[in-house]
Amino acid sequence: MLTEARCQEIFEKIRRACPADEVEVSFNASQSALTRFANNIIHQNVAEEGLHISVRALLNGRTARASTNKTDDDALRRVAEQAAASARWQPRNPDLLPMPGKQTYQPVERFCEQTAAFAPEARAEAVKKVVARAEKNKLTAAGIYSTGVQTETLLNSRGLIATHRQTKAEFSVTYLNGGSGWAKGNFTSVQQLPVEELAESACRKALDNHDPKELPPGRYTVILEPAAVLDLVGFLFYDFSATAVLDQRSCFTNQIGKQVFGENISIADDAYHPLQAGSAWDGEGIPRRQVQLVEKGVLKNLVYARHTARKMKAEPTGHGFLLPNEWGEAPMNLVFAGGSSSLEEMIRTTERGILVTRLWYIREVDPYQKILTGMTRDGTFSVEGGQVRRAIRNLRFNQSIKEMLKQVELLGPAVRATGEESFEMVVPPMRIANFRFTEVTKY
Amino acid sequence: MRDWANWALDTAAARGATYADVRVLDARYRNLSTKNGTVGNVEESESLGLGIRVIAEGSWGFASSDQLTRDKIEQTAARAVAIARASARVKKADVVLAPEEKIEAVWRTPVEKDPFAVPMDEMMQLLLEADKELRGAAGVTLAETSMSFTRLEQFFASTLGSAIQQVKVYSGAGMVATSFADNEIQKRSYPNSFGGQHASAGYELVEGLRLVENARRVGEEAVALHKAAKCPQGRRTLILDSSQLGLQIHESIGHPIELDRVLGTEANFAGMSFLTLDQLGKLQYGSEIVNAVADARLEHGPGLGTFGYDDEGVPAQCIDIIKDGRFLGYLSSRETAREVGLNRSGGTMRAESWHHIPLIRMTNVSLLPGTWKLDDLIADTDDGLYLETNRSWSIDDRRYHFQFGTEIAWEIKGGKKTRMIKNPSYSGITTEFWNSCDAICDRRHWTLWGTPNCGKGQPMQTMGTGHGAAPARFRNVQVGVAYAD
Repeated sequence: MLTEARCQEIFEKIRRACPADEVEVSFNASQSALTRFANNIIHQNVAEEGLHISVRALLNGRTARASTNKTDDDALRRVAEQAAASARWQPRNPDLLPMPGKQTYQPVERFCEQTAAFAPEARAEAVKKVVARAEKNKLTAAGIYSTGVQTETLLNSRGLIATHRQTKAEFSVTYLNGGSGWAKGNFTSVQQLPVEELAESACRKALDNHDPKELPPGRYTVILEPAAVLDLVGFLFYDFSATAVLDQRSCFTNQIGKQVFGENISIADDAYHPLQAGSAWDGEGIPRRQVQLVEKGVLKNLVYARHTARKMKAEPTGHGFLLPNEWGEAPMNLVFAGGSSSLEEMIRTTERGILVTRLWYIREVDPYQKILTGMTRDGTFSVEGGQVRRAIRNLRFNQSIKEMLKQVELLGPAVRATGEESFEMVVPPMRIANFRFTEVTKY
Repeated sequence: MRDWANWALDTAAARGATYADVRVLDARYRNLSTKNGTVGNVEESESLGLGIRVIAEGSWGFASSDQLTRDKIEQTAARAVAIARASARVKKADVVLAPEEKIEAVWRTPVEKDPFAVPMDEMMQLLLEADKELRGAAGVTLAETSMSFTRLEQFFASTLGSAIQQVKVYSGAGMVATSFADNEIQKRSYPNSFGGQHASAGYELVEGLRLVENARRVGEEAVALHKAAKCPQGRRTLILDSSQLGLQIHESIGHPIELDRVLGTEANFAGMSFLTLDQLGKLQYGSEIVNAVADARLEHGPGLGTFGYDDEGVPAQCIDIIKDGRFLGYLSSRETAREVGLNRSGGTMRAESWHHIPLIRMTNVSLLPGTWKLDDLIADTDDGLYLETNRSWSIDDRRYHFQFGTEIAWEIKGGKKTRMIKNPSYSGITTEFWNSCDAICDRRHWTLWGTPNCGKGQPMQTMGTGHGAAPARFRNVQVGVAYAD
């Protein structure tokens, strides 16, 4: 992997070659591997490694970026000159700030040696067990087992140095037998990844998910498992951006200080939470702060990059993206406050409702009302008289997330959830009233 | 590049691979954007590396690297073989590929004006002028414009003896006006949403879009939408403009015909398909006027799915997908073609970059033109809606049930386009929808749209696809359920 000393050496070469007032270089070195299986065999098995060196030049109120994955002297000189050349002809941007100086960071430990060294043979052996469970139950299994290492380093000509190294372990499985059941986990270490537990859960759902009955569309009480919650509320993350509010494209435009959700909803951004991943600094190297975004349903704060903070007379919170960009910032480590209701308790106390494992192909229908549409998938069940009754056909929803978070009746403990529509967050399962299903599909 | 490829292939063969291919890719990208009169993003980037794909012990392995010394390339090839041997721990039968010929060829995207030779300040000047015009419409609260360019120089070699060099160039540009008023956000995009139009072409594509000339109208429409009537709920006759129809084709024809989905290898992520193998040649996919092809050849047009050879070294082809409404063909790879008994791959395998493995991807999946003039089609429609420019899209994981929203619609009454409609949406079941098609406009209204952001696979890859379409009419379609009463 790329060492900090090697980054320093490359940075000095680029700085010397870059005809600009200030220079920033970000390094992203990654190694990752993914074993993919379906129809009870491994059908794809890949490994990749790469380096991304990205140079930002700043000269007299103008900035631009150039990137490469080459480390020879010619390439480094070329990328340095390109960044400066792309900045030089631009109109001056009065909002552009000088680069920040040296910062102090709170340490985060998200690296696991065992995960970094995890071999394809180990992934294959884990998959073999998952497949054996499928064959034992007359099912087929499809999924992935992935591990990786990423090292990020940011340096600038004002002396800022930021580094972060982390590992990733991810497992996902779908068992199929006409119907299907799904589960997924994502952690920073293979030691945390409960492969067998996830496989057992998905297998059980697949076995239960047969002969689905069609329920008519309408408003239902829903019990959303954490992955389903995540993939819905994940669509809110950019709305907490101060730039989005300035641009009047956030669903929270004109809402700061107002009751936007029910009193049982509190949301923070917390890069230091033990279930979170990622670095402790943002695209400019500003330390990430913990920010209480929503407290008891009231929108309390947004997140701010440096330049947005100056415009809005606020403090930067360490959530900016690499400059230049049009998007400003966003909270990347959302943590929803959980409750004490277990999933079992939610089911037991529901007279009539729908249990949702997972949602799929979610898209924004209306950006201000925050209406989302999408489908249920891989395990949708009716709940009647406090019991999971039977599999039902998948349904399409059209639901305002702002309205949904006013209708949350019960919350479970918050967990690190992972889905396919959003990056990982810490969210609880929820029971929600009046969730709007509009149509039903054929299976 | 040839030496690098040979080092990789020789090592793979020496380590026991029964088949290997290698792609060396030197990529260059340029992205520019503006936002409300200021420069948004300016970035040039490049990436060089190689990916080696092997079959050993009857299973697949793949490894990639951007360190291109001989030692490192040989290590990477050896790693690919070791990974394949690990795959073989969980297999039922050996992978067998459909036959393919040894090919030695050079292919290039025809380009009139190399986008990387056009000064960036000239490009930015055009975007800033369009941005200014968008904001010239009172009520536009956010103006955004963008351009993107890609140049891929690729060398493919395989143990079949193939050696194929391709230089592919893609260009794209677009703009969007957003208006916030009365707690409502409306937007209009040009010439399409999600980055505009994209094609296998040079800067001549951008010059032909006439961004500045269209910007004021686009801004005015975004503002006017606030006062437009709401989309009704119920069943209506729809005419879809060609860009929205392009995305409808992508989601409800292009994805379901991917053989990897059909055969289950995408089941955990992208999903499967309702087009099971027993449907081939039998299913009435659409009405008798519906004809669709997957055509990667240059003669189809400069789409994002246009190339000389796919990433398995298979020549570009035209495949009948739907003929006279009947379902006739899938998108295939060498492996899946052999699995379903085809003599040859359809040549649809593409990888996003050197560090990705090739997957079955749409080429240019297009609806062939019909016979109508658009004016005549509208005149022939007594009561309906004309929908333009996608705003939202969603479809289930077997590609039956879809819902789309568009940025704008126009009511058609008595054969005339009348008032503006906001927040339009429509939904349905794929085969019912295509069977309700009763008119397609002719070649003069046909556009080969580029969809630059199609996501698929694990690890996720983003690929550009092409979709030719002319406006078409559909009867008795559900509209308006996206919004509650």
